[in-house]
Amino acid sequence: MARMKFLCDADRCIECNACVTACKNENDVPWGINRRRVVTINDGKPGERSVSMACMHCTDAPCAAVCPVDCFYTTADAVVLHNKDLCIGCGYCFYACPFGAPQYPKVSNFGSRGKMDKCTYCSGGPEVDLSPAEFQKYGSNRLAEGKLPLCAEMCSTKSLLAGDGEVIAQIYKERVVKRGYGSGAWGWQTAYRETITI
Amino acid sequence: MSLGAHLRFLVTALLLAVAVGFAQPGAAQQVNPTADSVKEKQFLDALKGNPSAELQGRITIPDSKAATLERPAGREWRAFHQNTMTKIGAVAVLGMLILLVAFYLFRGRIRIEGGPSGQTLTRFNGFERFVHWLTAACFIVLALSGLNVTFGKSLLLPLIGPEAFTNISIVAKWAHNYLAWPFMLGIALMFLVWIKDNIPSMIDVRWFAAGGGIVGKAHPPAKRFNGGQKIVFWTVVLGGAALGVSGIYLLFPAVAGGVLDLQFWNVIHGVVGVLMVAAILAHIYIGTIGMEGAFDAMGSGEVDLNWAKEHHSLWVADEVRKGHVGSGKLQPAE
Repeated sequence: MARMKFLCDADRCIECNACVTACKNENDVPWGINRRRVVTINDGKPGERSVSMACMHCTDAPCAAVCPVDCFYTTADAVVLHNKDLCIGCGYCFYACPFGAPQYPKVSNFGSRGKMDKCTYCSGGPEVDLSPAEFQKYGSNRLAEGKLPLCAEMCSTKSLLAGDGEVIAQIYKERVVKRGYGSGAWGWQTAYRETITI
Repeated sequence: MSLGAHLRFLVTALLLAVAVGFAQPGAAQQVNPTADSVKEKQFLDALKGNPSAELQGRITIPDSKAATLERPAGREWRAFHQNTMTKIGAVAVLGMLILLVAFYLFRGRIRIEGGPSGQTLTRFNGFERFVHWLTAACFIVLALSGLNVTFGKSLLLPLIGPEAFTNISIVAKWAHNYLAWPFMLGIALMFLVWIKDNIPSMIDVRWFAAGGGIVGKAHPPAKRFNGGQKIVFWTVVLGGAALGVSGIYLLFPAVAGGVLDLQFWNVIHGVVGVLMVAAILAHIYIGTIGMEGAFDAMGSGEVDLNWAKEHHSLWVADEVRKGHVGSGKLQPAE
């Protein structure tokens, strides 16, 4: 099985936000929640870069470690998913996540959170693959259809890469060697405790 | 402008364009401005001096909080919650239970030395008892639902399975969020009702020096609340205030600020919470099986005169002087 990862080649990202829009549409993401977002660092300064960020599907995921009801699981493709039927909306995964991935629909009074929602790597949830219940709770399951996450698949500059970690790291390395520079695989050190050495 | 002038202008423009075009590759070989950017490693290196830093950027979607690209501080909070918090909780709660069992085996139940006199006097009126039990009932639910967040996953989940555990945890979460309010009201009322009797004084120092009647058989004099009870009062008031403030921030994340603030308040809430549980276990022990006659104070509100004389001699003297202990209150012996 593959070890699925995301890699945003920030030197190619043009901050078009198409990945954000595609994700919302493909997964019918609830109002007010963005599973993916584009953050621009050093905005307007030399060295400005935009990075498309979502759940990185960490190795030894902090969200899974701190969850008080143990609702997270890791798939055979190393995608970190959660069971919304078990989630109690306590917010602990949101405290622990280094990428701000977990979000909650506001469902009631106080700061009470609904069931957590985050990027599923377009691979649904614990329900039967491609069932209406799965789509309603988690959105699309493109992996079950043999496809990669839509955000990366439709990225116009091929900045956002999804797929097996080894393969996308190789693609990125070749790019960096050819063009002579690269701002690095953002989030990799934090999520996977490794960087891509050129 | 003549045709010649037009042509001259066009040629000049073309020449300029060609000159710029030729100049560009040369300039690019010296400095490539696009190659210069911040890398994740630089950010993480910079964090070594300040582990709570966040990498902020600009974002175009309306959710401005999503502008944080990376926040590695979650790791420290995770380490706290998974290790430190569990250890503090286990040591505080289990440690106190072991201590209380050991104390019971060693000391036994503290009896009324003179035996029950049959005559009683009012220790806590109806309102005081209502405030106590309001706070106490809320606290028991809050404590159990709070402990469930840290220990339920390892203690309860394997026993009852994920679905049942989630159902319990959701009810526990709602109970925790709602009962927090009457609990805070109870803490505030207890503070107002009992503050006048809980100002520390030299009597308390002497009470502790004499072992408080807990260690040893002495019955050092005490007013309405002895030194030990004043410690319980201030633990509950200050601990309750800390739990209230941190809890309100956790209930209203938007008021608390960012995730780092929530992590901070979560640490305060957890640590103070388990310490309060430990303190209240001792309070429950001494108020029930630990001491004969003590429960009546919060049960019926009427305590035995001999019990009061042994544990609160100065208070009894005051009550007698005020005429609250009269012959009319004699209980018939049956």
